[in-house]
Amino acid sequence: MKRHFREFSVTGALLLLLVSLAIFAPNFFEPQPLLSRLTAAAPKLVVACGIALVILSRQIDISVGSLFAVCSLSAGLLAAAKLSLPVAVLASVGLGAVGGALNGALVAVLRLPSIVVTLATMVMWREGLRLAQQGVFVNLPDGVQWFGLPMAAGQGIVCGLALVVLLALAYALRFLAVGRFVYAVGSDAEAARLAGIRPRLVTFGVFILLGALTGLAAVMNLVQSPQVDPSTGRMLELEAIAAVVVGGVAVSGGRGNLWGVLAGFLLLACITPALTYLDVKPYWDKAIQGAVILLAVVADGVRRRKLNR
Amino acid sequence: MSAVLQLTSVTKSFGAVRALKGVSFELRAGEVHALLGENGAGKSTLIKIITGAHQPDGGTLEIGGQQVAQLTPQAAHRLGIACIYQQPALFPDLTVSENIGLRLESVSVLRRVNWSARRERAAQLLQRLGADISPDAEAGSLSMPEQQLVEIACALGAGARIVIMDEPTASLTQKEQHRLFTVVRELRASGVGVIYISHRLEEIFALADRVTVLRDGESVGTRNIGAGQSAVARCMANERPESPHPGPLPGGEGERQPATRPAVRVPFAEPLTTILPLPSGEGRGEGVRDSRPAGPPNPSTPPITESELIRLMVGREVSSIYPAAEGEPGEVVLALSDLGCTAGGVRHITLDVRAGEIVGLAGLVGAGRTELARVLFGLTPADSGEIHLNGHSVSIRSPQEAVAHGIAYVPEDRRRHGVILEMPIAHNLTMAIHPRLFPGTWLRFGAERSHALESMRDLAVKAAGPDAPGGSLSGGNQQKVALARWLATKPRVLILDEPTQGVDVGAKSEIHKIIRRLAQQGMAVLLISSDLPEVLGMSDRIAVMRGAEIVAMMPRGTEAHAVMAAALGQGRGES
Repeated sequence: MKRHFREFSVTGALLLLLVSLAIFAPNFFEPQPLLSRLTAAAPKLVVACGIALVILSRQIDISVGSLFAVCSLSAGLLAAAKLSLPVAVLASVGLGAVGGALNGALVAVLRLPSIVVTLATMVMWREGLRLAQQGVFVNLPDGVQWFGLPMAAGQGIVCGLALVVLLALAYALRFLAVGRFVYAVGSDAEAARLAGIRPRLVTFGVFILLGALTGLAAVMNLVQSPQVDPSTGRMLELEAIAAVVVGGVAVSGGRGNLWGVLAGFLLLACITPALTYLDVKPYWDKAIQGAVILLAVVADGVRRRKLNR
Repeated sequence: MSAVLQLTSVTKSFGAVRALKGVSFELRAGEVHALLGENGAGKSTLIKIITGAHQPDGGTLEIGGQQVAQLTPQAAHRLGIACIYQQPALFPDLTVSENIGLRLESVSVLRRVNWSARRERAAQLLQRLGADISPDAEAGSLSMPEQQLVEIACALGAGARIVIMDEPTASLTQKEQHRLFTVVRELRASGVGVIYISHRLEEIFALADRVTVLRDGESVGTRNIGAGQSAVARCMANERPESPHPGPLPGGEGERQPATRPAVRVPFAEPLTTILPLPSGEGRGEGVRDSRPAGPPNPSTPPITESELIRLMVGREVSSIYPAAEGEPGEVVLALSDLGCTAGGVRHITLDVRAGEIVGLAGLVGAGRTELARVLFGLTPADSGEIHLNGHSVSIRSPQEAVAHGIAYVPEDRRRHGVILEMPIAHNLTMAIHPRLFPGTWLRFGAERSHALESMRDLAVKAAGPDAPGGSLSGGNQQKVALARWLATKPRVLILDEPTQGVDVGAKSEIHKIIRRLAQQGMAVLLISSDLPEVLGMSDRIAVMRGAEIVAMMPRGTEAHAVMAAALGQGRGES
């Protein structure tokens, strides 16, 4: 309980929000709109899980939004060129992994600070895309939206994919040696190296994984609409990082888990619709989201001060 | 001798933990008062109370004869209390004079900086310490001892009457230690009360007038230090180099200006805060006791011996300090021939270590001992020479290869690199044996837990349990965890780098017993230590390093001064 206090408190806050919605706005839980909202949020959760790994290993990646757009557009163009959907999916995931590998190589091999590297790649991908696409939307052929299935089935697949990614990563972090290594490297990379772990390999790996997950998320987002907006994915990195931080992953690395990330993600994702249902003016949305993030950071700060005393 | 600081029955609790249960402590002007105690005895809490970082729950605190309630760090500074920590807290990107200025000048925001006066004062303070440091150097470019000197200059400039030194020699070489001692003696001679915290008994015997021992949050006694010095301390005292210019300042007579230097007024100018010029002839280096100022401590308490002091600290008899070897060492396990690494800073290393043998690596800090360990562990791979393990030539390019060859390295500075503080003890313990304990990539928590419990029992690690984070352990227990992690790899060669640095006396002797036991089980042990008595006591053979090379091999029973002479380069090293 004490060790997972942060995760419990975020989950508690989420439950509190859901319970008050159940009492004051039971409409919130109508299945179809709820499923639509979850589906729309699912790609962000996938990216948030990847970012969580990167932050756990004491790095950061702010280029995911731009990479997301590049992957979306590439997959969209391939699909528009009548290639089969699986090819487009693989291309998107592969391209994401390559983008992640570029970040990872610069950070792990050249030992550049990840904030600067990913700031550079963020601008590079986004502006490169703008140059190439000039803001033109890509219209997708039939059979791409919802994987060519009925909408409910498609939504089920998207949500299911997000859940599978979440569970697989949570499992790996807890039950596989490599998950332990992520924590070790994030806590103290030099200590990990002296213990025979290869911190740079771990860092490289988490960046590639994040890239691949970004590519997957791009496809999960792509299938939800009939066309691709080349400016998609703006602010995605910030939303994902916010979910991770609210979920109790320490920005200093080495502490946190995906259960907390899920709770933090749902909490932030529920605030916007909750405001509508609770008749709060929507202007408050961003302010409240900001307050929640601030609260989480302050809670971590207080906790750290207690530990250090 | 007036008491500049007097604590009476001070108590302090943190939640349910009673850190101080009643500590009485008196510091006189012009004395070096050592504060000694095992880790967790309450030394740091006491220091934090004296510096105003913590408020005591009970008891009284008198500074300069006046009772002080609600001491804050600012008030402590104003009252002339300065603390020099093991790790100096300078701003690395600012110059020395800027650092000194920040500490000493008034803090109003819109004040105009008088750069030349700032620089002048810094230069003057440094010169008084005999420190050859440019005021324009960036603090980050200075070595650790130089940074300490800058801290001391700040204390001097602030007119400190009470200077606290917390393990100041932990990272110093012998030569730097001597210089620091000289500075401390000078402070004493000018009427400053120095509280000196160290785990090294020989330093305390060489430097202190009195010693107060803390145990379990209580002051168990204050004793004089005098005639009953240990062999080690005498040895330390004797081999202290006789400088041709035995002045207290290393620069020699020319820089001292003893007669003409005026008393320096300090900014917070109460009469007591004036630092007096040194009486000439004070603090000369002829012998340790000669340099004591007048006014011996209370003559009714006889001087204490080293063993009495240890007994007082641990409250029990620590049996024969170093465990002896039994039986002959076996086959040569590790053989190095003409090993070198340009980037790593070692060259021409030829050395054998046999099974069951402890080979000590002595030398000054920076002589290449840790560098050699890092080469052997593949952190900075060798670029010349050969490594033979059990007669087979091997190449070690990475820590993974070193581990695969059965080499284990317990690094120095365990707080940073030995134990991952945020991770549970169990995870720390299995860190190096993942491939063996978890074949395939799946973790097995049952196996991990039983391994952890077994290791903790084996080395008597005192902890809440295997799930407690590494950071919750005391220094000695962290070291045991770091050691246990590597023992789990069942190494043939065990390299220990400063295994007892900052560890209290009780845990130290436990760790010594463990090391000897491991050797007895057939491991080849390479022991790096700056604690000379430890190297002498533990090693079957001693390799002395200087300037990246091994300069001498010495048998067990070698005298300390012989080892030190080799480390210093037979008279060339000092003065």
